[in-house]
Amino acid sequence: MKLVLRYSALLAILAISIGPFLWQFATSIKGPNEDVFVPDFIPDDPTFSNYAAVADVVPVWTFALNSLAVASVNVVTNCLGAAMAGYALARLRFKGRKLAAVIFASSILVPFEAILISLFLVMRGFGLTNTLTGVVLPGAIAALNVLLLRNAFLALPAEVEEAAIIDGANAWQRFTRLALPSVKGTLVVVALFSFMFSWDDFLWPLVVLSDQEKYTLTIGLAYLQGTFVQNQRLVAAGTIIAVLPLILLFLLLQKHFFRGVGEGAIKG
Amino acid sequence: MTHRPYTPWLFLLPGLAISLLFVIFPFLNMIVLSFTDASALGGGRFTGVDNFVRMAQDPKFWVAARNSLLYMVGVVPPLVLLPLLIAMLAQKVVPGIGIFRTAFFTPVIASAVVVGLIWTWLLDSRGLVNNVVEALGGTRIGFLTDSTLLLISSMVVTIWRGLGYYMVIYLAALANVPKDLHEAAMVDGAGPIRRFWSVTVPSLRPTMVLVAALSAVNGFRVFSEIYLLSGGSGGPGGASTTMVLLIQSVGRGLTGEVGYASALSFVLFVILLGLLLVTLKLNRREDQL
Repeated sequence: MKLVLRYSALLAILAISIGPFLWQFATSIKGPNEDVFVPDFIPDDPTFSNYAAVADVVPVWTFALNSLAVASVNVVTNCLGAAMAGYALARLRFKGRKLAAVIFASSILVPFEAILISLFLVMRGFGLTNTLTGVVLPGAIAALNVLLLRNAFLALPAEVEEAAIIDGANAWQRFTRLALPSVKGTLVVVALFSFMFSWDDFLWPLVVLSDQEKYTLTIGLAYLQGTFVQNQRLVAAGTIIAVLPLILLFLLLQKHFFRGVGEGAIKG
Repeated sequence: MTHRPYTPWLFLLPGLAISLLFVIFPFLNMIVLSFTDASALGGGRFTGVDNFVRMAQDPKFWVAARNSLLYMVGVVPPLVLLPLLIAMLAQKVVPGIGIFRTAFFTPVIASAVVVGLIWTWLLDSRGLVNNVVEALGGTRIGFLTDSTLLLISSMVVTIWRGLGYYMVIYLAALANVPKDLHEAAMVDGAGPIRRFWSVTVPSLRPTMVLVAALSAVNGFRVFSEIYLLSGGSGGPGGASTTMVLLIQSVGRGLTGEVGYASALSFVLFVILLGLLLVTLKLNRREDQL
């Protein structure tokens, strides 16, 4: 009896969590003759034609490629740049280390929304507004990731590296051959969350981009909603295109997602 | 010597450059600009506290500040309590529990835009939710057309999206609650509700403070949900606008008033910092107990 109650509660929350996604998917595969307002989760005549049709309205595949490009670059720069900085903070002795750590720590405390307008001016100063480079740069090496990797490097035993120093390995060799392979777990978390953060980001691309062919998926979809509210099938198809890659990634690597939340890799 | 004196700085260069150019400098510049009348085209003279005086007399600012505050107050209690209850439900290992945990987390990975569009469709005047309302004998509700309901709808979306995220935080914390405390309470004859309040809640208090702080900060700086549910307008007559919506509509574009938008940003920063300091203080008091 207790078990029945437990499963009923679990199923109810399950329905609340993924029901809205299922409804959106159902809408996206309804044909032009089917009434999308009727609460029917199973279409009479399922079709994927909306996925092709949405591309006739807005260049949705260009948006997807832009998002993919931005997110991929973001993964590489965050993993490499944050690991380098984190390694220096954790493993190298030098004057000014405290200052560097303070700069990263204070960067974490600055809410992005508070520097939005000012950051736009900086980007314009560099002539990078309305470019994908301008979209990537502010989040290219997040200070939070620097500190996550610093902590990961600090947790490694020092003896191995001391042996490498005696063997004459320089700092770069110790970093790439010894330290980096030992923090793979944290790197996966950083990569995953950099990808997700970048793929999902809305406010900054909305402010910095102005030409449609530069749009990422998120602002492309907001734009699609503004123009074609009357055809919900197309908007629904667009949202599924935007969310499916992340769902697949999540199903494959969910352990790392949960771990990332535990380590504070995303701020909610 | 294990490395040359400049080697650490080569390692730090890319990260420091990004932080200094795209966080620290814009931050300091925002503070300077908030005391000027700079426009989108640049320039601007020092105008003292004029922007802040204007803000105090600007009804739009008060609407936005009130809405952001309401938003925060509205989302924090549900986001502290509901994910905890879900976590307690999902904590016990029963067959298939992995599938449930995965499903509960799914809304977290979807972007605010995807979530916003899905809920705009659900809450449409002819959408699924209104169909259910009508089937139950009610009349259709203007979830997205009334400025108050728009705010509430948007809070519901924020809460829905946060459930899975905070559940994971609670699951980690619950795993650390000592089992013998529960057993001792059971021996003393405490029922499940009594045990929740006198064992679970006290041992999770630091986590609850953390969740309250995170959800408060995120609630106050809400942008995407309101933007999407209102189609970018901030509600009928802008009555559902929030601080971040106001900043981005004042500061953006060719007619952007950069000076005034910076002053608004400065106020936003001070409030968020204040929230953070309150949390730190609460947590410190926890440590002393």
